[in-house]
Amino acid sequence: MILQGKAWKFGDDINTDLIIPARYLNTSDPSELAGHCMEDADPEFPRKVQPGDIIVAGKNFGSGSSREHAPLAIKAAGVSCVIAGSYARIFYRNAFNIGLPIFEAPEAAERIQSGDLLRVDVDKGIITNLSRREEYRATPIPPFMQEIISAGGLIDYVKKQKKQYQRTVP
Amino acid sequence: MGMTITEKILAAAAGKKAVRPGELVNAKVDLVLGNDITAPMAIQEFEKIGVAEVFDRDRVVLVPDHFVPNKDIKSAEQAKIVREFARRQKLTHYFEVGRMGIEHCLLPEEGLVGPGDVVVGADSHTCTYGALGAFSTGVGSTDLAAAMALGEIWLKVPASLKFVYSGELPPWVGGKDLILYTIGDIGVDGAAYRAMEFTGPAIAKLSMDGRFTMANMAVEAGAKNGIVPPDEITREYVQGRAKRSYQFYAGDPDAEYAKVYEYDVSEMEPAVAFPHLPENVRPVSAAGHVKIDQVVIGSCTNGRLEDLRLAAGVLAGKKVHPDVRLIVIPGTQKIYLQALQEGLIKIFIEAGAVVSTPTCGPCLGGYMGVLAAGERCLATTNRNFVGRMGHRESEVYLSNPAVAAASAIAGCIVGPKEVL
Ligand code: SF4
Repeated sequence: MILQGKAWKFGDDINTDLIIPARYLNTSDPSELAGHCMEDADPEFPRKVQPGDIIVAGKNFGSGSSREHAPLAIKAAGVSCVIAGSYARIFYRNAFNIGLPIFEAPEAAERIQSGDLLRVDVDKGIITNLSRREEYRATPIPPFMQEIISAGGLIDYVKKQKKQYQRTVP
Repeated sequence: MGMTITEKILAAAAGKKAVRPGELVNAKVDLVLGNDITAPMAIQEFEKIGVAEVFDRDRVVLVPDHFVPNKDIKSAEQAKIVREFARRQKLTHYFEVGRMGIEHCLLPEEGLVGPGDVVVGADSHTCTYGALGAFSTGVGSTDLAAAMALGEIWLKVPASLKFVYSGELPPWVGGKDLILYTIGDIGVDGAAYRAMEFTGPAIAKLSMDGRFTMANMAVEAGAKNGIVPPDEITREYVQGRAKRSYQFYAGDPDAEYAKVYEYDVSEMEPAVAFPHLPENVRPVSAAGHVKIDQVVIGSCTNGRLEDLRLAAGVLAGKKVHPDVRLIVIPGTQKIYLQALQEGLIKIFIEAGAVVSTPTCGPCLGGYMGVLAAGERCLATTNRNFVGRMGHRESEVYLSNPAVAAASAIAGCIVGPKEVL
């Protein structure tokens, strides 16, 4: 899969309160959440983000709460993927579980600037910066995570497991 | 080679003799937890799996606490989804308004978690139960849904960091200060993906409530779990309270740690974390008398009885500064009642504070004390991110309950010594 979009650059420690403030967590409706995505980091973001755009950030992206509303808001806002220096662990799991592609790529996170046009080869983990004619490599996705992705997300993975379980227990 | 306490608990839960950091395991869970924000999404995902029932109706705990008593129609709808699911599944441990509390104060109090347990909760501060010598960690709603269905979860065994605290704790310094200094030292991702093991002579003497506060904030350093090896203090707490059998695990003497940190606590003073990260820590004497509009004493970090006693000790016979709103929130109904019987609530009200029913409320900017633009709050909570308690141009400072109480009296951030 190839993703292409314009970069929105953010700093280090972008926490889940910045991604989707808790005051909007009285709903889990994705389109409503999308309307407030990244609002406290950049109030313009929800209005200006275009389908396919890419969030680029520094270290410890998604720190803080366990709210799955965070990756969901990003996905529902039309963002095609996130590239960051590193991720907080719960966010990392959640993103895979809901099917938001994310890439750990410290060099890319440092070099890419807001507005750069990016092309991401999801399977190979190669990020091409079309504006700067540079190429970066993302840390490979752990094999177990790949299994979850290829099963179509955690829920489908569990469904499969559950079926196997039922076959072994008469 | 030896194993840490975290590794031992995970090995047992995975039915293995030994595990190593980095290894992926499928661990049986003793308890799973959801709240009014994360459970509705988990329930939706659970229903997609196509199983009729949760893996064990005694081990799925649902606690509406963030926006209840319902703050608006939308949150009422979310709480309703949780309530109806709990009834449909005949869950033993669903906690309704009037019988609830902030989840991480409530579960240990109810004896629902014990030493040696593996607990996953769709709330990042699930790491609180590590104070009891359990492995507990926060997950998202989809992971919660899977755990509700399977009674197991895949986990990567974390490497451990050991924190050794020695020396005698000075007056007004407690668990909150130890954890704030630690986060100040290692940073908000200083323990990312790892276990934080809290040990040493100062921890051996620390109360259970103080230990809960420390384990609670492990996630603020990015940790997967925080853990205190269980001892006599733990035993005293869980005896007569635990609803299931429990097991004390101890790390091996030759267990391997990714890093060991040592702190002498004897010269510490109370700590204050400045906006907008819990790592921006200064001693209270260097806080520069920052003027404040609001003080919140409560939350899963510092809403327990010991915290209320400390705050009341400072506030007794004193008045809240005319320019300050002091909001006190007992963590659970039992804590509330005990505080009432001990006369603490009277002290708060006579000082000019408002006392709320147990709720997360202002901690996450939900309700019951949301901040306007330009306002500043000193809170005993755990996060001071941008917009955490309201407007994105408001500010949150973090401290222990004694400093919070003293500052409410002074109208600016000060240590207890300045008002007593
Ligand atoms: S009190 Fe605050 S940190 Fe604790 S569970 Fe509630 S919202 Fe989360």
